[in-house]
Amino acid sequence: MRVKMTIVLSGLLALPAYSAELNVNVQIPQLNVAEYHRPYVAIWVEGADQKAVANLAVWYAQKATNEGAGTKWLPDLRQWWRRSGRTLKVPVDGVTGPTRPVGQHALRFTDSHPELGKLPAGEYTLVVEAAREVGGRELLKIPFTWRGAGGGKAQGSSELGTVTLNTKS
Amino acid sequence: MKRSLIPAALVLALSLPFAAQAHKAWLQPSQTVLAGNTPWVTVDAAVSNDLFYFNHVPLKTDNLTITAPDGSTVAPQNSATGKYRTTFDVELKQPGTYRIGVVNNYATASWDENGQPKRWRGTEATFATEVPKNAKNLQVGQSVSRVETFVTSGSPSETALKPSGVGLELVPVTHPNDLFAGEEAKFRLQVDGKPASGLDVEIVRGNTRYRNAQDELKVKTDAKGEFTVTWPEAGMYWLEANTQDNKTTVPGAKQRRLGYVATLEVLPQ
Repeated sequence: MRVKMTIVLSGLLALPAYSAELNVNVQIPQLNVAEYHRPYVAIWVEGADQKAVANLAVWYAQKATNEGAGTKWLPDLRQWWRRSGRTLKVPVDGVTGPTRPVGQHALRFTDSHPELGKLPAGEYTLVVEAAREVGGRELLKIPFTWRGAGGGKAQGSSELGTVTLNTKS
Repeated sequence: MKRSLIPAALVLALSLPFAAQAHKAWLQPSQTVLAGNTPWVTVDAAVSNDLFYFNHVPLKTDNLTITAPDGSTVAPQNSATGKYRTTFDVELKQPGTYRIGVVNNYATASWDENGQPKRWRGTEATFATEVPKNAKNLQVGQSVSRVETFVTSGSPSETALKPSGVGLELVPVTHPNDLFAGEEAKFRLQVDGKPASGLDVEIVRGNTRYRNAQDELKVKTDAKGEFTVTWPEAGMYWLEANTQDNKTTVPGAKQRRLGYVATLEVLPQ
């Protein structure tokens, strides 16, 4: 609760500086499987040519191992790996983080984001890819206008639940 | 129906001195796209009927060369040869693309000895000592074959893919570890560094045991030695091309047989 308050407060304080905002809500569904592992998830923004233009979040196992924590399994996020991951040196501040549990995860990105902030106004696609150990893989795409007001929604069927997006300018 | 013809064809193939290999030789890596500090791959090497199953003989890996992303050579580890396959591990200490290849360059000879046909195979060096110079009906040939595969840790790189300029080689235009179902890939084949035009290339997806036909893709190289393939679905693919010429280096050899095989992994979208 206190954490939430702080976020709201800091958001309010910094409000004048933000001219554009991207809110993403990612649902990680409850799965009834014998062996459950939290999914690896990558959330990024693609341009019209499918090139990754901004990494928003990458969640993977952070526990130290001699294989380099859970980075061994990052290529399972196949499209992210191809578009961005394989040329990226993880961890990346503000982007990579630990895997998250079942539930709703609200993410907010603004002009202060190092990559997103530099993006010119225009049409982009939000891509959310999830891959789970001994599980499946799913990829969802939502087109949106950066530095415009709008929203979008995609419904996953296996590894991802509902993903919603709304933008403010 | 056709199956009954195979033994006859085999006998025929074996009796010809420079006949094409009847079976499929291959190197299959456990995976081709990797990440982590120092990931490992394990590679199976075999000659078989089905792809990629061990049901004939192991592939000899005496002439195995593993080229690291910086162009240096690294040694295989935990090598073992069993009844049906050779296996070895590769530790990928550098980020980038590794080329794993078995390149055989040998001389072949056949002659009559006391009325019996005799066949011989060896290196250029042993040819001089082991093959009688004035044997009856002496026929000499040369064979250069290359069986290879590619694995990448992290971001794909090009250094290890540079052709050697000897024999039949594949020069990737599309990176061999960046292949996806439904997408087109382009490659070039060359002989001694020069474009190999008009060559037939056969491409077969693995798991042949679980379907009733080979479903091979057949393409031909163009004037630049190039060919394109649109991968119908994800999987491990076996690619082969053969040709021959008379650019021999073994004394007395009139013909040089050239073969190329690659195992390529195509990922789903």
